[in-house]
Amino acid sequence: MNDMSPEKKERSRLAKWSRRGFIGAGVLAGGGLLIGIGVRPGNPIGKLSSKVAPGADEQLVNSWVKIDTNNIVTAIVPHCEMGQGAHSVLAQMLADELDADWSKVNVMQAPTDGSYIVTDTARMFVAPFTMNAADWIEPTWNGLFTQIGRLADALITGGSSSIRTTGQYQMRVAGAAARKMLVGAAADEWGVPASEIETRDSTLIHEASGRQASYADFATAAAEQPMDQTPELKSPDQYRLIGKSKARTDIPAKVDGTAKFGIDAAPEGVDYAYAASLRPSVPGTRVASMDASKAQTMGGVLQVLNMGDFVAVVADSYWQAQQALDKIDVTWTESESPIRSTQDQFAAYAKAIDEAGPTGGEEAAAKGDVQTALGNAATVIEAEYKAPYLAHAPMEPINCTAQVTDGKCDVWTSTQVPLMVRSALSDALGISKDDITVHHPYLGGSFGRRLEAVYAVMAARVAQATGYPVKSIWSREEDTQKALYRPAELSRFKAGLDESGALVAYDNIFTQRHDPAEASVPGIYAIPNTSVRVAEAPLHLPFAAWRSVDHSQHGFFIESFIDEAAHAAGKDPMDYRLAMVSGSPRHVAVLEKLREMSGWDEPRSEGTAKGVAIVESFGTIVAEAIEVDMSSGKPKMLNAWAVCDAGYVVNPDGFANQIEGGIVFGLTAAKYGALDLEDGAIVQSNFHDYKMLRIDETPNIEVAVINSGLVPIGGAGEPGLPPAAPALTNAIFAATGKRLRELPIAKQFA
Amino acid sequence: MASFILNGEPVTIDADPAMPILWVVREKAGLAGTKFGCGIAQCGACTVHLDGQPVRSCSTPISQAEGREVTTIEGVAGPEGELSAIQKAWISEQVPQCGYCQSGQIMSATALLRENPNPSDEDIDMAMRGNICRCGTYTRIRRAIKVAAGQAQPRNEEA
Repeated sequence: MNDMSPEKKERSRLAKWSRRGFIGAGVLAGGGLLIGIGVRPGNPIGKLSSKVAPGADEQLVNSWVKIDTNNIVTAIVPHCEMGQGAHSVLAQMLADELDADWSKVNVMQAPTDGSYIVTDTARMFVAPFTMNAADWIEPTWNGLFTQIGRLADALITGGSSSIRTTGQYQMRVAGAAARKMLVGAAADEWGVPASEIETRDSTLIHEASGRQASYADFATAAAEQPMDQTPELKSPDQYRLIGKSKARTDIPAKVDGTAKFGIDAAPEGVDYAYAASLRPSVPGTRVASMDASKAQTMGGVLQVLNMGDFVAVVADSYWQAQQALDKIDVTWTESESPIRSTQDQFAAYAKAIDEAGPTGGEEAAAKGDVQTALGNAATVIEAEYKAPYLAHAPMEPINCTAQVTDGKCDVWTSTQVPLMVRSALSDALGISKDDITVHHPYLGGSFGRRLEAVYAVMAARVAQATGYPVKSIWSREEDTQKALYRPAELSRFKAGLDESGALVAYDNIFTQRHDPAEASVPGIYAIPNTSVRVAEAPLHLPFAAWRSVDHSQHGFFIESFIDEAAHAAGKDPMDYRLAMVSGSPRHVAVLEKLREMSGWDEPRSEGTAKGVAIVESFGTIVAEAIEVDMSSGKPKMLNAWAVCDAGYVVNPDGFANQIEGGIVFGLTAAKYGALDLEDGAIVQSNFHDYKMLRIDETPNIEVAVINSGLVPIGGAGEPGLPPAAPALTNAIFAATGKRLRELPIAKQFA
Repeated sequence: MASFILNGEPVTIDADPAMPILWVVREKAGLAGTKFGCGIAQCGACTVHLDGQPVRSCSTPISQAEGREVTTIEGVAGPEGELSAIQKAWISEQVPQCGYCQSGQIMSATALLRENPNPSDEDIDMAMRGNICRCGTYTRIRRAIKVAAGQAQPRNEEA
C-alpha cells in the first residue's frame, strides 16, 4: 500500500507532469490569447516527441486553448468523440479552472497535423496520455503499443483515459494557467494586486475599485504575462462546473441529423466515386483468382480491382458497387492455420492448459502457497469457464473517403488513432507523412474497433490505383466477419475453502493475456494463497481491444467463480464478497450502497432472483446487481443497479450514461454475443445472427455514484461492462441453481 | 427517374428504380442524416417515414416512393428549424452517445407518438424494438419518449 495521502499523491503527479510537460502562450492572429500545452523533449516521452516533431524548436503540443476577442473560449481537444462525451467534459474541466462562462465555451477537434496552426515553438501533434498515465495503466498501453507496434503514433482515444489524463493534467492546467495570465494582465493595467482580482463567467472583477472587464479585453495582453508552469488547481469546494451534469455540446447536432460522422464526409470540391470491398474470410489468405465478368458490365460500375489482399468495385453509388461485388467469384488461397472451428480453438486452449499442468504457465499473480493450501482445504471446488470470440459491431459501418492526387493524400475517416492511420498511409502509398492529412469527424461508435488503420489504407490504395477519389464503405457483413476480435478464452479454476467457508486458496490458469495486465487477478479480494497463470496458446482470429479488453472475460470468470465459492460456503454472495473486501473501505462502501439500492435483502417475488458482481477496472470500482425473472423458463432481465466509485466524477450524468451503456454492452454479450468458426471463417454475418440487445430486453437501470474523493480519478467508458455478465448469470443461478460457465446464455436457453 | 416529395419539397431524381431510398437520399439528395447500419432492415438506423409510416429505407426501393412523401430526420424540425418535442426531449434527457443510430430512433419515436400520444412502457418497447443502439441508450430513449409525451419531467442539468 502507498502511504501517501491522496492529495499529496496528486501534487506529486502534477509535479511529475510539470517536468515532462510545458505550457506555451502566444497571441492569436487578430488578437487574443492562445495557450498550448504539451510535452517537453528530453524526457521519456521526449523519445516520442523526437520522432514526430524532430526539429530542435519543435515540441509536441497536445491541447490548445484560445480566448478570442469575442470573449469566446475554445478548447481544442486531442481526443476523438465516439459517444463517450470526452469533447464536452474536457471543455468543462478547462472552463472550470479558467472560470469561463460555460455558455461561451466552444469545443474543437484538434486536427491530426499541424498545417493549420504552426508557431515557432510548437507544432500540433498529440501524445495524449502516455506521459500522464497513472502508473498502473502504463503496462496496459505498453501492451497495446506492442500490438500496434507504433509508439510514435500515440494519438489514441481509449483506455477510458481522456478525462483522467488529458482532462486532469492538461485541460485543467491550461485553464488555470490562462486564468492566472489574464489576472496578471488586469492587475498590471489596473495597478492593483493580482490577489484582489476575482474571476467569474469570463469576467475579471476588482471589487474594491469597482472595476470589471471581460477576458477578451485582456486576452492579448495576457500573452505577455509570465508563464506559471505549475498553476494551482482548484480544490473540489471551488468547482463551479466540475461535478455538475452540464449538457453535452455535441448532442444538439445528434438529434437533427446534422452531426457529421466519418461516413458522411462530403469534402467540398472532391467528386468521389464509391467503393465496396471484399476481404478473405479466413485470416492470412489472399486472392488466388477471381472472375469479375458479370460485375464489370453492371450498371454504374467504373472499375473492378484485384488488390491481392482484397477485391474492390468502384461505382457511381455504393449500392451499385456492393451489388456488383456480390457477383464476383473469388477463389482464395489456403490457410495454414490448424484451427478450423470453434471446437479446434477451444481444443487448442485445453491442450495448452493441460500441458502447463498444475504449476506451469506464465505467472500473472502469486501469493502464499496455493498447492499446500488446497491440500489442507476443507472443501475444494473446480470449474472451467469459456468466453467466445466477439465483434465490436459499432453502428457506423467501417468507412474511409480517400483522395490521392499530386503526391498528396487526404482521408476522412472515423478513427481512434489518426496519427497511426497517417503513418500506415505513408508506408502503403509511399507518400511523406507531411503530405497526408487525416480528417476525423465523429465516430459512430467504436468500442476498440477503430484502433486499426487497414480500412483507411485500403480506401487510399483503391484511390491511388484508380485515380478516383473514393468513399469506401464496408458492408455490415464485412465488418462482422473480416475485422479484429475480442479473443475467445478458456479459464480453469480451483479453490480451497476452510471450515468456515472462507476462500484460502485460489488457483487459476487461462489462455490469452492481453490488457490490462491485472485483469485476471482477483486483487480486490483478500485471499491468502493465490496463483494465477497464463498458458500460451494459438489464437486463430486477430486480436482487438474490445471495450474493457481482458476485463470483459475475466470479470465474468472471476465474479462467477467467487459466486460459486460463496454458494459452496453456504454464504450470501453479497456477504461473502463484503467479508473479502473488508480491508478496503471504498469497496465496502460500494457494496453496501448496492445492497441498499437493489433491495438485496428484501424478500423476492416468485421466479425472480438477484445476482451481484464487483469489478475494479480502469481506476473505477463498479458493483452491479441484476434482477431476473425466470418464471417463463427463460431469463427476463427486470432491473440493473450499479454503484460506482471513480474517485471524483466530473459530469455525473455523462458518467451515468457511460455506465448504462457499459451495462447494455455487457448484457448484449452475455445474452447473445458469439462468433463461431467453421472452415476457418466466421459464421455470423449481420444483426440477424450476431444479435444485439434491444429496448424491450433491456432492464431498468439505476446508477449511483460515490465520490470518495480519492485521486487520480477513474474512467467511465469501460468499467460499467465487466460486472454485467456475471451479475446476470449469478442471478440466474440464484433463481434456478443452474450455473452458466459459458457465454452467451441464449445458446443455453434456446 | 423517381418523383416524390422529400421533406415537403417535390423532387425528381435520376436513380435505378431498385435503388434503396437510403442511398437515393444520402448520395443523390445529399441528406446525410439518414444512416446506413446493416442493409437488411435489422437495425433501424435508416428509418424514414413513407407517407408518415416508419420504413427501413435500406431495404425499400425508391420505386415504392413514387408520388409519395418521404420524410427524413432533416424534415422533423419545424419550418423555422424549431425542434420537435421529441428532439427537445432527446436533448433534455441527454440520450445520444455516439449518436449514429439516433436519427432512426427519433423517426421511430416520432411515428409512435403521432399514432399513440400517450404510450405505455410496452407500447414504447414494441415501437422501438426495431432500432438498435449499440451505445445502449435504451433507458434514456424510454424516458425521453415519456418526457415528450408529457408523462415525465425533463431532467435538470445542475442536479
